[in-house]
Amino acid sequence: MAGGMLTIARILRPQRPTRQKLIAYESGVDPVGGEWAQSQIRYYVFAVLFVLFDVEAVFIFPWATRLEVYGLFGLVEMAIFIFILVLGLFYAWRKGVLRWV
Amino acid sequence: MTGDPLFHDGVDLVDIGIMGLKVVVAFGFLLVATMFMVWFERKLISDMQNRIGPNVAGPWGLLQTFADGVKFFFKEDLRPENADPLVFRLAPYISAVTAFLSFAIVPVGGVFKDVPGTTGTVNIFGRETFLQVADPPIGILLLLAMSSIAVYGIMLAGWSSGSKYPLIGSVRASAQAISYEAALGMSVVAVVILAGTLSTHDIVAHQAGGINTWFLVTSGVIPFIVFLIAATAELNRPPFDLVEAEQELVGGFHTEYSSIRFALFFLAEFMNVITMSAIMVTLFFGGPAGPIFFGLTWFWPTIWFMSKVMVFLFIFVWFRATLPRLRYDQLMDLGWKVLIPLSLFWLMFISLKELRASNDWNWIATYAAAAGGLLLGGTLLITALRAGDRAYQKDSEDA
Repeated sequence: MAGGMLTIARILRPQRPTRQKLIAYESGVDPVGGEWAQSQIRYYVFAVLFVLFDVEAVFIFPWATRLEVYGLFGLVEMAIFIFILVLGLFYAWRKGVLRWV
Repeated sequence: MTGDPLFHDGVDLVDIGIMGLKVVVAFGFLLVATMFMVWFERKLISDMQNRIGPNVAGPWGLLQTFADGVKFFFKEDLRPENADPLVFRLAPYISAVTAFLSFAIVPVGGVFKDVPGTTGTVNIFGRETFLQVADPPIGILLLLAMSSIAVYGIMLAGWSSGSKYPLIGSVRASAQAISYEAALGMSVVAVVILAGTLSTHDIVAHQAGGINTWFLVTSGVIPFIVFLIAATAELNRPPFDLVEAEQELVGGFHTEYSSIRFALFFLAEFMNVITMSAIMVTLFFGGPAGPIFFGLTWFWPTIWFMSKVMVFLFIFVWFRATLPRLRYDQLMDLGWKVLIPLSLFWLMFISLKELRASNDWNWIATYAAAAGGLLLGGTLLITALRAGDRAYQKDSEDA
């Protein structure tokens, strides 16, 4: 469907590219500096933390569907697991990683 | 009995035909719904802001979105010369396709009863089938996967534009989406624990017994609130729309996009709003469950489903009209320091409650043990943090 829309649009729309139209948009003035701006490293920390929690979700979902089967043993296991995880989160918190400066 | 009864005794041509029909109907329905969602949002916002809003194209401006859509086809499609050609073209596809796919798991109708095996089916051409495009056993995980992949669409769009605003917008979007996805996943786990399954159809079937069995009630309201907030952030809707904060970033990740490619992003965004509302209804509000009055029995559940979804669409627009945008640090704080710990705690609480109920443990002993565990955990945590502080101080003194 998306492909179809793009094809139809390609036939219908005008194509008159000029030099001015093709430069990157920067509020009307000519772009300053290189086109690949740098992004801040602090985003990267969140990405790492997310990987941690996403992998955790991988472990939690199977357990959640079979809660009754694993019973008390599973519950205690999961409590310990989550405790370690929360410890990590609190460590990051105290370390100031979660502070947005 | 699990899975769609359509496939229980072999697959023949009629089954495939029904499947194709379901895909086409769901697809068309979603497209039309998206069109009206855009109109609905614009009209509602303008009402709330004491304006008139779209009123020229069609009665009450109903055809405004259609007119806009047609216009998109006739617009020039620019690709900035700095842009990465392949990725720049690919990104809108990723957004649009993931938006369509996640709707496939939503059960939109069918009479759900407590009788196992015969529940939630409708009869099309003499075949029993579910009123949903697909019922994979991993149901809800598909939603999480799709919303993860949607981040790629945004990230690649911003990166490949070769421009500054889109890059900043897309990095913000990714950080926000992944932060809240963790909370989203955790709040879904509460529902999964109660239902004991990941299939959306079975989740709805578990809520068929009236309002008291809705997971909104049985899971305590907390997971729903976490899910609602996380979903709003995941959708980049106000008050979490820092991704496309016009005052700072022009248009965010799609600044450099024009013509139909922009339309695809736009479509994906509104489609995701509808899908998320539908998922919320499925998870917490019993999906198509509701009283059946007269006439066609298969007709009522769909009506109930749609009206529940409408309520959520209204709420999303209402959010936009009411709440000011958060600052980025507040956004991150809310996600990591409030929603994730809260949903983790609630997750453990729910699982304990469930286990106690099913194993018939003494509730005083259970909760005393839980409180003891919590206290022990808290003490350990604080001790660990203190030890860390001491080590840190010692290090800085040594240095």
